[in-house]
Amino acid sequence: MTEDQHIQAILRLGDDTLVLGQRLSAWCGHGPILEEDIALSNTALDLIGQARNFYTLAAARENQGRDEDKLAFFRSDRDFQNHLLLELPNGHFGDTIVRQFFFSAFALERYVFLSRQLMDAEVAGIASKALKELQYHWEHSAQWIIRLGDGTEESHNKVQQSIHDLWSYTGELFEADEVDQAGFEAGLLPNLELLRDTWNTRIDDCLQKATLQRPEDGWMQRGGKQGIHSEHLSYMLAEMQILPRTYPDASW
Amino acid sequence: MSETDKNLEARFEAYVAEEKKIEPKDWMPDSYRKTLIRQISQHAHSEIVGMLPEGNWISRAPSLKRKAILLAKVQDEAGHGLYLYSAAETLGVTRNQMLNDLHTGKAKYSSIFNYPTLTWADMGAVGWLVDGAAIMNQVPLCKCSYGPYARAMVRVCKEESFHQRQGFQVMLNLAQGTDEQKDMAQDALNRWWWPSLMMFGPNDADSPHSAQSMKWNIKRFSNDELRQRFVDMTVPQAELLGLTIPDPDLKWNEERGHYDFGEIQWEEFYNVIQGNGPCNKERIAARVKAHDEGAWVREAANAYAKKENEKRSKSATHAA
Repeated sequence: MTEDQHIQAILRLGDDTLVLGQRLSAWCGHGPILEEDIALSNTALDLIGQARNFYTLAAARENQGRDEDKLAFFRSDRDFQNHLLLELPNGHFGDTIVRQFFFSAFALERYVFLSRQLMDAEVAGIASKALKELQYHWEHSAQWIIRLGDGTEESHNKVQQSIHDLWSYTGELFEADEVDQAGFEAGLLPNLELLRDTWNTRIDDCLQKATLQRPEDGWMQRGGKQGIHSEHLSYMLAEMQILPRTYPDASW
Repeated sequence: MSETDKNLEARFEAYVAEEKKIEPKDWMPDSYRKTLIRQISQHAHSEIVGMLPEGNWISRAPSLKRKAILLAKVQDEAGHGLYLYSAAETLGVTRNQMLNDLHTGKAKYSSIFNYPTLTWADMGAVGWLVDGAAIMNQVPLCKCSYGPYARAMVRVCKEESFHQRQGFQVMLNLAQGTDEQKDMAQDALNRWWWPSLMMFGPNDADSPHSAQSMKWNIKRFSNDELRQRFVDMTVPQAELLGLTIPDPDLKWNEERGHYDFGEIQWEEFYNVIQGNGPCNKERIAARVKAHDEGAWVREAANAYAKKENEKRSKSATHAA
């Protein structure tokens, strides 16, 4: 694994968590019940915290005078390498929960690996802390999948539709590119094929409890890791980056 | 009023006068209960409506640290709403009833949240001035005669004082920043100063509920006393920031030992209360939208909980 690839792998961890954290934070003040405003905001805070840690580490490793904010606010959508799933608009509560459910099952297993690998102690440190947070994110989303799936007919139909709508964004999570492959060979990143198996087990168990159907695997969307995003990301970044880009000399 | 009620009321008043706490199961006059429900629910509504103007800037916070702090702060407000709705529920009203009153305009919330947050500096001004004014109002409530409210307020005040400090920090960074940032800070102070003074309510002579609330140890200081205290505290802070308070009549009065300040535009105050503020309609619409769009989620959670309870009671019957 080259040094560049190593840094890129860390940056991707930051991009995934920042993009999802940014999306999720939009629920603050608008949730279906006050307890969920708190839970979703708390999850968003965890993710933004994880992003800050990964960006700070990536910035230190690349040593080009950038910091967490330069990485978050002064890169464009073609530079972001998050998975497409995470940048999709929030939709209704069911859409948000399904996105969270798919990602949390993946991120939890990814952090299990990252916290145990011996190649990069700083990544392991960040992942160990994040792992505890992801355990909660996973439980929170899985419980809602069950409640919505096995709740009313309306909620069952709605959340089943969300699962269908988002399914084609799950394939990318397990598609290794050169960075993933090099990271795997170097012992930094997990084997995505094995990760897919544990992810499948988690998802299938929970969907069964929720009386929901797992969709057939069909065509899968891809491109996030290559910086080829959906149309949604650049709007999201335009909003997020407006102040630092308007006042590049200011500190806040 | 019957003889028994008179006795109960006399005992209640003596009890409160001794600074003892009234608890949910204690006898209390109906009017005390109603006053508290009105005040605590208004306070809870203010917390959750107050999430909207600040929530407006979470997506555009100018650094990741500021984003995290702001998100944590707005999340705290949701938590305050939750404690306060719970405290009000101990008086025999449900959260649903209270929300319904908010959504139909029957219940009020703090009018300050009907003003828009137009720039990032408003996140500083709201924390510094609005939370600062709220603390002035709220610290005395930690000693309020109703136990659940008093205890909720202890926790609320701790978090509010942190919020106020972070708001001041945002202002300080702006005030020490570029010329554009300084302008942004001054502009925010110009727009938030007077509405913040209005947060203490009408002048004492025009405050309808004050006297009875004072007698019941719900209210400890008058609106004008608290407003004066806020002005006295805030003027030196503005000086430290190098910002100008937008009041030509503001000056130190040696004789009184307080700052004199100009007359509040009460016409604006009453108009905003009556629904004519810049954001009254948007704020309520946003709350109603969240509630209505969340109905299917709440129904699902209730239906699922019911099914689980039925399963549990069935298996308990079998076990027996």
